[in-house]
Amino acid sequence: MAEQKDGRVQRISHELLSRGLELAEKRNCKLSAVIFGHSIKTNDLEELIERGADEVIAMEAAELEHFLVEPYAACMLKLIGQYRPEIIIAGATSTGRTLMPYVAVKAHAGLTADCTGLDIEKETNNLLQTRPAIGGNIMATIKTPKFRPQMSTVRPRSTKPAPRQRNRKGKIIRLVASKESLNSRIVRMDFIANEEEQSLGEADIVVVVGRGIKRAENIPLVRELADSLGAALGASRDVIDRGWLSYPHQVGLSGQTISPKLYIGIGVSGAIQHLAGMQTAEIIVAVNRDPNAQIFKVADFGIVGDLFEVLPVLTEHIKQTINNDR
Amino acid sequence: MRIIVAIKQVPETKSVKMDEKTGTVIREGVEAIINPLDLYAIETALRLREKHGGEVIGISMGPSKAITALREAIAMGFDSGILISDSAFAGSDTWATSYILAEAIKRIGDFSLVICGERATDGDTGQVGPGIASFLDLPVASYVSKIQIPNFKSQISDWGTTLRVERLIEDGYEALSCSLPCVITVVKEVSIPRLPTLRGKQRAKRTEIPVWGRDDLDVDLSKVGVNGSPTRVVKIFRPKVTRQCEKVLAKDDESIKEAVDKLAHLYLRLLCR
Ligand SMILES: Cc1cc2nc3c(=O)[nH]c(=O)nc-3n(C[C@H](O)[C@H](O)[C@H](O)COP(=O)(O)OP(=O)(O)OC[C@H]3O[C@@H](n4cnc5c(N)ncnc54)[C@H](O)[C@@H]3O)c2cc1C
Ligand SMILES: Nc1ncnc2c1ncn2[C@@H]1O[C@H](COP(=O)(O)O)[C@@H](O)[C@H]1O
Repeated sequence: MAEQKDGRVQRISHELLSRGLELAEKRNCKLSAVIFGHSIKTNDLEELIERGADEVIAMEAAELEHFLVEPYAACMLKLIGQYRPEIIIAGATSTGRTLMPYVAVKAHAGLTADCTGLDIEKETNNLLQTRPAIGGNIMATIKTPKFRPQMSTVRPRSTKPAPRQRNRKGKIIRLVASKESLNSRIVRMDFIANEEEQSLGEADIVVVVGRGIKRAENIPLVRELADSLGAALGASRDVIDRGWLSYPHQVGLSGQTISPKLYIGIGVSGAIQHLAGMQTAEIIVAVNRDPNAQIFKVADFGIVGDLFEVLPVLTEHIKQTINNDR
Repeated sequence: MRIIVAIKQVPETKSVKMDEKTGTVIREGVEAIINPLDLYAIETALRLREKHGGEVIGISMGPSKAITALREAIAMGFDSGILISDSAFAGSDTWATSYILAEAIKRIGDFSLVICGERATDGDTGQVGPGIASFLDLPVASYVSKIQIPNFKSQISDWGTTLRVERLIEDGYEALSCSLPCVITVVKEVSIPRLPTLRGKQRAKRTEIPVWGRDDLDVDLSKVGVNGSPTRVVKIFRPKVTRQCEKVLAKDDESIKEAVDKLAHLYLRLLCR
């Protein structure tokens, strides 16, 4: 299940192709990319083929421009009936995590949430779905032996996008959605974009600010570092609850789960509820003046020191390194 | 008009344990709390009732001790609670749980709104809310961060026909208009949960909480419990902890510079990949 926004195919789609290619090869079967939208760019559809899809099934209608659960589910169920797929994977995004359970119920299919590993069991050809549970403290492998299709949502950024091969060939099938499948009891009225340029979940680098920053007036210090790194800005719950940053910035159990390539925690203690949302990051760095802070237990690199002394030097250094680089 | 909130009891985050053989959460002998994210669903329901009138009912599926979660909701102001409990339901995955909860909601009937938490902190799937909606054949708005009932008229005992919500997605807030009845799942931003009151606690003690099992619900027993669930946990393991924190002390100009150099180096290596 590829995703589009404003007619442009989103990166998660290419990550799913990367997963799909591996599975299709092991099962020796066809890999299809399905996408719903309105006036989706043809180039972007071709790119799905160049990145691994054997065919692209695009269903377009004005009513499919934005995600709405009922029409998207109706279209998907129709395709499931028609194509009888063995496996369906979608992004564990706000769309995927809403659409897939809605569809799985009606298709009487098993669905595994937020997978970070997918494989095929040799003896049975079943899909093996591995996911973090209980805040990442435990990994579980889940199977759907008796039901088809096997469905999973896949954690964004948990794999690289499939590389593009310019000469790869495939078919683009354009389908028209039937009128009755486009009914929706929900109407999208408006959209208010975030003030931040980069969303937390999609950023390669995230700088997270904690209570150690002491007061709202000091937040710009961390924002400056984030900007110089081209990073998204996140925060611990304490910072959000004090109103120093808005809720979409919150990382952790009651906020967002992130898996960036690089996480930098500034004055974050590393409470278990915070770790639940970030410990799958590739590299974890922390600045904290308490050498026994919990965050160091999950970190790769720790700077034990006063953030007010470290931060200015760090930001300045990054700015210069980047300027030298260019 | 009626609001139904699905409340899950979960083990306290710090003390969660798994049965490595069955792949299920061990719930015995572990401190159990209301799923922290369900407190926002509870608060949302209470605020809607305060503004627009009606009745709020909590439902929870789980072992008999999950009754305490419903008592707590009543102590916070809920009118009543219903526990869904039966040995046949044990081990249900999200498909089966949604099925059973949807049947319970059908039996309660005459509701305008079902509210769920964004996800439970143990299973961590967030699939049950949309699942319930699908079984009830209702629309669902997930990740709701703000709610309004625009055409509510206080003279009429009715709630009106639509709900305006904002939903928090990756790059912003989406404003939706949903026809009632519908299902919503809420995020933390929607409200700040209140604490139970003393009077509420006393009332909760006196309130009788019915327990519904297989004989009370119209469920096909072949579709519930461990055996009726499409998904099966086949392995549980601890992620390898390969992180060895390299700690450096940054206490004076020189050591700060050294630490910063190292971090910048990490960053540059990342850029080059
Ligand atoms: C149900 C529930 C859900 C929760 N959900 C979340 C969630 O989603 N996300 C989340 O983050 N938390 C969550 N929490 C809260 C969590 O338990 C912690 O309270 C919170 O993460 C702590 O934030 P902090 O690390 O910023 O603050 P603190 O714990 O106060 O830590 C501040 C750190 O900064 C360091 N420091 C102070 N001054 C300096 C200085 N000058 N230089 C360097 N270091 C300094 C201190 O040594 C300390 O380690 C949740 C809690 C509960 C009960
Ligand atoms: N056993 C249950 N009893 C009542 N509500 C539940 C149960 N399981 C899940 N829910 C509801 O569904 C939401 C999402 O749960 P989950 O899909 O398990 O992450 C929770 O926040 C609850 O509102």
